[in-house]
Amino acid sequence: MSQKTGTPLNILVLVKHVPDVQFERHLLPNGHRLDRQDSVLSELDEYAIEAALALAESRGGEKGGNHVTALTMGPAGAANAVKKSLQMGASAGVHISDAALEGSDAGATSLVLATAIKHLGGFDVVLTGMASTDAETSLVPAQLAERLGLAQLTNLSAVELDDANIITATRMGEDGAQTLSAPLPVLISVTDQANEPRYPNFRGILAAKKKKITTLSLAELGIEASTVGTAGSGTRVLDAAPHEPRSAGEIITDSGQAGLALVDFLADAKLI
Amino acid sequence: MLKILVYIHAPAQTPTKGQRELLALAASLGEAAVVLGDNADDAARAGLHGAGATAFYGAVTPEQLRGELIAPAVSLLVAAVRAAGADAVLLPNTMEGREIAARAAVRLDSGVITDAVAVDQELNVTKSVLAGSYTVRARITRGPALITLKANSVQPAEAQDSGAQVPPVQTLELGESGPAARITATAPHIASGRPELSEARFVVAGGRGVDGDFGPVEDLADALGAAVGASRAATDAGWIDHSAQVGQTGVTVSPQLYISAGISGAIQQKAGMQSAKYIVAINKDPDAPIFEIADLGIIGDLASVLPQAAAEIRRRQG
Ligand SMILES: Cc1cc2nc3c(=O)[nH]c(=O)nc-3n(C[C@H](O)[C@H](O)[C@H](O)COP(=O)(O)OP(=O)(O)OC[C@H]3O[C@@H](n4cnc5c(N)ncnc54)[C@H](O)[C@@H]3O)c2cc1C
Repeated sequence: MSQKTGTPLNILVLVKHVPDVQFERHLLPNGHRLDRQDSVLSELDEYAIEAALALAESRGGEKGGNHVTALTMGPAGAANAVKKSLQMGASAGVHISDAALEGSDAGATSLVLATAIKHLGGFDVVLTGMASTDAETSLVPAQLAERLGLAQLTNLSAVELDDANIITATRMGEDGAQTLSAPLPVLISVTDQANEPRYPNFRGILAAKKKKITTLSLAELGIEASTVGTAGSGTRVLDAAPHEPRSAGEIITDSGQAGLALVDFLADAKLI
Repeated sequence: MLKILVYIHAPAQTPTKGQRELLALAASLGEAAVVLGDNADDAARAGLHGAGATAFYGAVTPEQLRGELIAPAVSLLVAAVRAAGADAVLLPNTMEGREIAARAAVRLDSGVITDAVAVDQELNVTKSVLAGSYTVRARITRGPALITLKANSVQPAEAQDSGAQVPPVQTLELGESGPAARITATAPHIASGRPELSEARFVVAGGRGVDGDFGPVEDLADALGAAVGASRAATDAGWIDHSAQVGQTGVTVSPQLYISAGISGAIQQKAGMQSAKYIVAINKDPDAPIFEIADLGIIGDLASVLPQAAAEIRRRQG
């Protein structure tokens, strides 16, 4: 996949349809699965879509031959995450849907996504959000780098691509801010520091209606059902119990002494 | 006896609290050996040994670990798992810890569980999910168990001078670790002298309500020996470094005490702090959602409440 200076980019962005974080979220009593009603595009994926569009636009956008494909895996409703990506400006969508996928953990999910990415083929950049807002494990981006044999540039707060197709990026590591460098092709995940995602405008919403969403099944990808879903996952949930929600304690209004009341509270709780 | 590996990303002269938690948990499960994510001199190894490490694995070429992102560390960990015949690996629940575990699970064809707060003798893992709304028990069903442990989850091992001989490092070849990004520069965090945010027992955090001045937040933090945290509104405004951000896209903390000042309590902020033992909130707005989860809520101006509290703590401490 060697690239000449300034040539058009083929970008894949992964998106996930997740329960809205603004509402109470539930596990279903049967099988400890997440109740996926009232789902939306994961807000952390909006940063990935924005980064994909910005990279494509830096090379002249769709008119310049750049291509941004949004890929999701999930039940029927998950296509909505792809639709929103198309409204924001992605050129095409792919939805992997199969009943056997239910219960897939990060390892099984990354297996399916990596297989689909190879099946579609030819990407210069694979982009993801920093985590999904439902499972919040952040495992899938690193596992995709491993499975696809791509350089991993994850949790980036800034990304740049030069004319020689070298990515320069910044991330906040445990030891400090790291500057990273790698030639394309790469796997990138971005944080909410990386950009300000655009809203779909009226034109974008109209244009999205004409864009194509391809559906792929496991059979089309050549994946055995036994390697995905609950059966194929390397982890299993044993049990789940709802937490007592935290309740409000004492509330006081400051009339000049609240700082002292705060210290009394700490002393009563044996914190000081 | 189970063979447990502990991944130490950055060996220090004295092991950090988070590292001592990992070692304590490993020792409670079986024999604890350490995988060194970077060079560790005699003093660093003596510290880890004193905290419970019975063996050490390291890279023949540690500079490779510093020069390339994540991939070489994965090769080291996988080589150590094979050399030790490990049943489980405990890693810190940091960005690096999760990424290394994620990729090692692919190479070892095993499973990973993140955000662990407890692990029992059968290697069943307890964690909370959906921003603290459920407690889940889960296990890894094949291959060596890869588990990332949240800070402040277990009693840390005491670092003692063991007196005994510190075991040598068994060095391992990393081999071809595949394409990786080069780390061309690292700008270390500016040391604040305060406790590390993710591991701190106490946190004092400020939000948009501090209106550009973190002075009162830092002053109360220092009176308490606390770490300083912030909301995204405060870090986005540039009032404090992004590394202080607590929440969904920042640091997750579970301290004994979290004092929230001038923070409304958005869902993304709560996701990072609501497992604190005690929450105290100071906010001008009686309807601020943070009051719904505060053990003590103070409706008032942080600019007067925080300095008064700091002065009173110092007065009582004499
Ligand atoms: C994808 C995404 C990820 C995010 N991740 C995070 C995250 O990790 N962490 C995070 O914190 N946020 C995060 N946010 C932002 C979050 O939604 C809120 O916008 C943010 O937490 C608000 O910060 P705040 O409470 O400081 O500001 P505001 O909501 O503006 O609240 C300021 C509060 O200060 C009070 N106040 C003002 N003056 C005073 C005074 N003098 N004394 C006392 N009180 C006063 C006000 O009454 C108000 O309640 C994220 C958002 C998105 C979309």
